[in-house]
Amino acid sequence: MRRWLPLSFRLLLLGALVVFLFWPYSFEPLLKPLVQQNAPAVYNQGSLLALTVQHLVTVLAATAAATVVAIALAVLVTRPFGAEFLPLSRSLVNIGQTFPPVAVLALAVPVFGFGEKPTLIALFLYGLLPIFENTLTGLTNLPRPVMEAARGMGMTGFQRLLRIELPLALPVILAGIRLSAVISLATATIGSTVAAKTLGEVIIAGLQSNNLAFVVQGGLIVGALAVLIYDMLSALEARISATMQAAHG
Amino acid sequence: MIEIDGVSKSYDGRAVVDNVTMVVQPRSIAVIVGTSGSGKTTLLRMINRLVERDSGSIRLDAEDNRSIPGYLLRRRIGYAIQEHGLFPHRTVSENIATVPRLLGWAPSRINAKVRELLVLFQLDPDIFGSRYPHELSGGEKQRVGVARALAAEPNVLLMDEPFGALDPVIRAKAQDDLRTIQRHLRTTIILVTHDMEEAFRLADKIAVMDAGRLLQYGTPDDLVRRPATPFVEALIGARERPFRLLAINTLGEAVEVGEADGPPLPADTSQKDAVAEMVWSRRGAVPVVSSDGSPLGRVTLEALLRRAGGPS
Amino acid sequence: MTFRIDKLGLGIGLLAAYGLGSPWATLRANRIVQGEAVGLFAALPLWAAWLVFCVTLAAGAIAILSVRPSTRLAAASVALATVCAGVGSAGGFLLPPDNSYARVSPASGFWILLFAFALLAADAITRMKPRPITRLSYTALAVAAILTFLFLGVWSELSIIKEYSVRADAFWAEAMRHMTLALGSLLAATIAGIPLGVFCERKVGARAIVLNTLNLIQTIPSIALFGMLIGPLAWIAVNVPGAAAAGIRGIGVAPAFVALLLYSILPIVANTVAGLEGVPGATRDAAKGLGMTSTQRLWRVEFPLALPVILTAIRIVLVQNIGLATIAALIGGGGFGTFVFQGLGQMATDLVLLGALPTVALAFVSAVVLDALIETTAAETGGKGAT
Repeated sequence: MRRWLPLSFRLLLLGALVVFLFWPYSFEPLLKPLVQQNAPAVYNQGSLLALTVQHLVTVLAATAAATVVAIALAVLVTRPFGAEFLPLSRSLVNIGQTFPPVAVLALAVPVFGFGEKPTLIALFLYGLLPIFENTLTGLTNLPRPVMEAARGMGMTGFQRLLRIELPLALPVILAGIRLSAVISLATATIGSTVAAKTLGEVIIAGLQSNNLAFVVQGGLIVGALAVLIYDMLSALEARISATMQAAHG
Repeated sequence: MIEIDGVSKSYDGRAVVDNVTMVVQPRSIAVIVGTSGSGKTTLLRMINRLVERDSGSIRLDAEDNRSIPGYLLRRRIGYAIQEHGLFPHRTVSENIATVPRLLGWAPSRINAKVRELLVLFQLDPDIFGSRYPHELSGGEKQRVGVARALAAEPNVLLMDEPFGALDPVIRAKAQDDLRTIQRHLRTTIILVTHDMEEAFRLADKIAVMDAGRLLQYGTPDDLVRRPATPFVEALIGARERPFRLLAINTLGEAVEVGEADGPPLPADTSQKDAVAEMVWSRRGAVPVVSSDGSPLGRVTLEALLRRAGGPS
Repeated sequence: MTFRIDKLGLGIGLLAAYGLGSPWATLRANRIVQGEAVGLFAALPLWAAWLVFCVTLAAGAIAILSVRPSTRLAAASVALATVCAGVGSAGGFLLPPDNSYARVSPASGFWILLFAFALLAADAITRMKPRPITRLSYTALAVAAILTFLFLGVWSELSIIKEYSVRADAFWAEAMRHMTLALGSLLAATIAGIPLGVFCERKVGARAIVLNTLNLIQTIPSIALFGMLIGPLAWIAVNVPGAAAAGIRGIGVAPAFVALLLYSILPIVANTVAGLEGVPGATRDAAKGLGMTSTQRLWRVEFPLALPVILTAIRIVLVQNIGLATIAALIGGGGFGTFVFQGLGQMATDLVLLGALPTVALAFVSAVVLDALIETTAAETGGKGAT
């Protein structure tokens, strides 16, 4: 099954998203039926575009930091030096993933206060897990003959890591980053309950003023972003693993 | 010359390689044969220090293999393994260029070497150079694996069951090709296998290992005529002995003066093949010619059978 | 005998030392103002402070020097119990006798020690590679210990328990609501999802459509999905006879339940398909060759073999639902989220904890129990539990 959608659907969705973000009122007729008379159908308490950008920046920052830290940690525990930490780190990932994102966010507030900071920290911590887990899987399931050959040809540990292990684990690592980004995208909306500037503001404004149109537009923008990002990263993954189909066969 | 002197290795108190001593002459092929768990692979891996020995010494051209760091040593020694271990994310050319790049060769020199090796292994550089390993057949992957091991022009090539994953027809061809290429490049090869047939096809000298010990190290002829232990005898196969002797000797050694009918055979044909030919064409003798086609004499079936007999 | 320093143990030891030097408790004049940090020796009676100090040091030393997992687990358990008991007695010691507004909460030092020794315990248990039943009993022991502490009133002077005691009835009502939401939607999703999965496995054409649709639903953020369902359900309540009487409302439990159900179906359908597809072709052929009908094959051969994979989906869904049910509070659906969002609104940290800690604990225990179940069934069918 092809996991990335056909190009036409992708472009259509992207186009609709761009039009909506720059000229939201062009969608007013579609949203009007969702609200009572006189209530605004398009979010009017701020710029949707600015919120979207802020949302994306928050997610991007958290995911980028999580990627760097998670890969570094996974590399560390798969080297002989860090081998003692390997079993524990596996358990910690399992335990960590049982923590609900809302709880992580809520627990970050007492420590870091309200605003962007607890949201960023929660997204970062929660985003670490899938990337760490996948990098670990990638680095510990490398084809044995390939590793044997790399060592046998005189590559140093560092050369093997950079030239063989990480490139071979790349598709699995990317899958982890994709998972992490999509989770963060959705979790960031909850960040608005602790006063972070994200698209969650639109949804919460809708819930508070009983305005379904707000809820729907906030939700659909995040949904569209998630689909597009998921899609883009899947395509990238597919392209990379196509060159080495038989990597693990 | 490779000198292995009193080398031992044990894991958890169990000796995997137990006090092995052997010398491999330059430009020859030594084959280490044994069952699985005999320690043959561990012995091989101690030469390029993928495994560090516990005691004894290993010298390459009189230089201890511990005199330089392991990874530098391994760049000077070719290494080919059963599952070829090609890097799936690199093209055939890039795979072959691995060690030259590690050694910092100039790009032009690397390109020339890659092309030369691809041609030597009968792979068209313009077609195969840019392919990825998953686009190759089993036999092609295996050849690329050996080509990669030879890329930095090592004096020594270590091979661990290099033909184990090939089907019988391709394997026989790969073995013949290896012999040809070895004569051309004059590389010293140490090859590990569990296949006695392969050992007899390739080896100048055969080492037989069992339970970590070197039971016998000698020429194929030695092993057949004077097996050191019952284990060696069983490994060679008592019923196979005459055929093994025929297989390792060529017609040239049995030529006598005289004439015979029918198409001639070249002098470098193995005696086993010649017997097969004579039996099948119902001839008691065949004419023998040199490689340039000039007549050398004849060989009789009776003489060949006499040569393949045990002590009287 | 050679002394080998355990790197992880060294980390835990350093962390514990840092925890000992950090504030042990926070004393505040009332439940929402900023408090003042109190160190270990000021927060506890002298003997208790020394006890915590010595036990912590001893456990830290064992973490660094001993490599036997059972010793490490024992040290971690003793240290955890001591630290937990110690933080409780800070409440009684610090609170002025007749001031009912003042509050005492655990501070960073306590949390750091808790984290350090929980790590030590987790590492020890991981290294012992316990069988599922053993893991269950460790979890049961931990739960029993926490319940005993609560029952004995060890923590009753701490702020979080005070938050609890003023709303004990509401707490249990929300707990019930939370469990009903999480388990009810799981049950509904299982009943709907498994047949749908079987259908998708047999009709390849339908599979892509169903799975893609369910995948799209997953991309809608939870708050929005909860919110979007308010409208349709309000309409149903007004226009469908009997719906309102059945408890269907625009806000409240109904949209939360439906949203959780929608999120839950994908993993169950996808894993049912994957589990059934994972049944070896030779096994199917053998079952056919023995003359089983297709229904018999499904029930007696394919389904039992796919069970571990389906159970894995149920584990994912249950843990996810317990977390997501917190969001229900935002649309009046109740659950532990009520306390979390109230607490965030009032900036009352302990109220946030009152909602968040039980959620985390519930999710964790469910994961342990289901993991054990998956492993046991997977061992019986000789398969693997993961997808």
